[in-house]
Amino acid sequence: MKIAFTASGEDWDATIDPRFGRTDYILVYDEDTDTLSCTDNRDIQQVAHGAGPKTSQLIFDLAPQILITGNGPGGNAAAILSKMNLKIYVGAGGMNIREAYQAFKNNQLKQGV
Amino acid sequence: MRIAIASGKGGTGKTTLAVNLALKLAENHSTALMDLDVEEPNSGIFLSGKDIKSQKAVRMVPQWDQKSCSLCGKCPAHCRYNAVIRLGDYIMVLPELCHSCYACSELCPDNALPMQEQSLGNIRHLRSGNLDFVESRLDIGLEQASPLIGQALNYADAHFANHEYQILDSPPGTSCAMISATKTADFAILISEPTPFGLYDLSLAVETMRHLGKPFGVVVNRWGVGNSDILDYLEREKITLLAKIPHSREIAKSYSKGEVLYRSYREIDEALSKIIGHLEDIS
Amino acid sequence: MKEIVCISGKGGTGKSSVVSALAWIAKENLVVADCDVDAADLHLIFSPEAKLSEDFYSGVKAVIDPAKCTGCGLCAEKCRFDAINPKDGVYEVSALDCEGCGFCYHICPTEAISLPQQLVGQCYTSDTRFKCSLVHAKLGIGADNSGKLVAKVKNEAKALARKEGKDFLLVDGSPGIGCPVISSLSGADIVLMVTEPSLSAQSDLARLWELIQKFQIPAACIINKADINPEISQTISSWLKQEGIRHLADLPYSSDFQIAITNGQSVTEQNNAKWQPIFFNIWESLKEIQ
Repeated sequence: MKIAFTASGEDWDATIDPRFGRTDYILVYDEDTDTLSCTDNRDIQQVAHGAGPKTSQLIFDLAPQILITGNGPGGNAAAILSKMNLKIYVGAGGMNIREAYQAFKNNQLKQGV
Repeated sequence: MRIAIASGKGGTGKTTLAVNLALKLAENHSTALMDLDVEEPNSGIFLSGKDIKSQKAVRMVPQWDQKSCSLCGKCPAHCRYNAVIRLGDYIMVLPELCHSCYACSELCPDNALPMQEQSLGNIRHLRSGNLDFVESRLDIGLEQASPLIGQALNYADAHFANHEYQILDSPPGTSCAMISATKTADFAILISEPTPFGLYDLSLAVETMRHLGKPFGVVVNRWGVGNSDILDYLEREKITLLAKIPHSREIAKSYSKGEVLYRSYREIDEALSKIIGHLEDIS
Repeated sequence: MKEIVCISGKGGTGKSSVVSALAWIAKENLVVADCDVDAADLHLIFSPEAKLSEDFYSGVKAVIDPAKCTGCGLCAEKCRFDAINPKDGVYEVSALDCEGCGFCYHICPTEAISLPQQLVGQCYTSDTRFKCSLVHAKLGIGADNSGKLVAKVKNEAKALARKEGKDFLLVDGSPGIGCPVISSLSGADIVLMVTEPSLSAQSDLARLWELIQKFQIPAACIINKADINPEISQTISSWLKQEGIRHLADLPYSSDFQIAITNGQSVTEQNNAKWQPIFFNIWESLKEIQ
């Protein structure tokens, strides 16, 4: 299973970025191959409107089954993500990626709307 | 003559002035009042009249025609607003972000994004005696005011071209929407209050009018609160002070009840006379 | 570090007064971000002195190179905003009317059109007469606030708060329910809604709450000018309880607010005895919300 995280940095020690649309990085952990990949989303800073939809397109291309974030996506992004085969978990704000993953495995995160 | 009533921020008495000025002018002149504060048109609170016409305003947004689409993937790159995105085999249009530029639609090699009508809001025309009143209201949830303001002004061009006066109640602020509302006016009346916030916001509105090359004058409302810095500013900048409207609790109370003020308050009637005098001088 | 975002549906509810009062109470342990860029009036109370200033670019406008233009007029024909007109045998874009959609750029047969980024404003980091720093922005004529600018102001403020070891980031959020508000809210640890007992403010509040719920951020609310309509205040109060929004305070209508603003002060300076305890309690309550 592939799990995506919105992150402020590039590795397991990075903090979860509580935002979705304007997140700095998207990290994807592939449980089957035990690999962590990183996509730099910081270009999103140039986007005036529609950051959520733009990042959603990125998520689509990365094709995870799970998305873990802090606050959750806004209206437009949520509408797009709902079209994908994706479960969203929120409440990981303040944790680092490792902790967020553990919290997910221990059912400590809330499923987003 | 087309006159825009504008202010730097909300709550300075713009609508009150627009309504009272329009009603007083209508006593002797053919007059139309356009409420262009499309997100929250509230001049209707002070006016009632006979319904002349009510029409839906629409805008065009693209809709994906899956059958015609060859999935060439060019459309997201044609949209500068991230309103068209591709999710594998699926093209999704986000109407709230769309600016109706038609680029994606006309550049699509398969004609798979035909433009369709989408509800934008409503334009309602009433008549009260000698006054034509048009209220334009944006559908809830829509953010872009300028397209509807443009359509309301087209309605005015079509129906009120021979009226002696058109009064435009503009949206507050100095962004896109206010510029759409004021750029076709012959003259702008900026209304503000004599407080530091009021003065600062007035300076932004003044900058905007100068940028548009629009002749304008200033009305100071709620004279009595705050201080007189605003008068110094107007003198320094050589800006015409059209009138001062004094602050009073009575006036505020009457206003909150939706009453027409100039018929009961001489100060307001006098201020309006001064403004009308100036308009007659410049026309 | 805790991020507290203060918002109201539309203007006029006293949001800026509340933010200034809380900043005054919190003294030096915070950074304040003014994301209400269209009506950036915190600076009138904070008297900022800019230490850092950064140009802000957003959006594009079309520019036609007259040397490459053959005068075919295709761009003018396609432009939906009537922004392109003939001039001296070639065509010219009116920057005022151009919406930066780029349609003309795509169809010009001689590639005579470019889309340069627009300088639309400035982002400042300033010292203030309060004990905290203020991060704020100024937009040029006709430029609209955007999620991008809000994000920039917040990011600068956040980075500053971390660098200076402050525990709190207090954000004066954008009005409305569009992109700038979403950007104001995203990343917040606590949302503080400021409302007033009027029918329009009440409906704004409900719409705002719908948006906030998507983010699952703990929320609190202050009813300002609560005594001008006790009935509606009561209705709002019950609704807050029902929705699980912490009702932190009812502020009575007072001319202190108007007088304080006129004097370029926070109400806590204008009438310390009355307002200091009230805002002290609000700040303490906010700090405790998890």
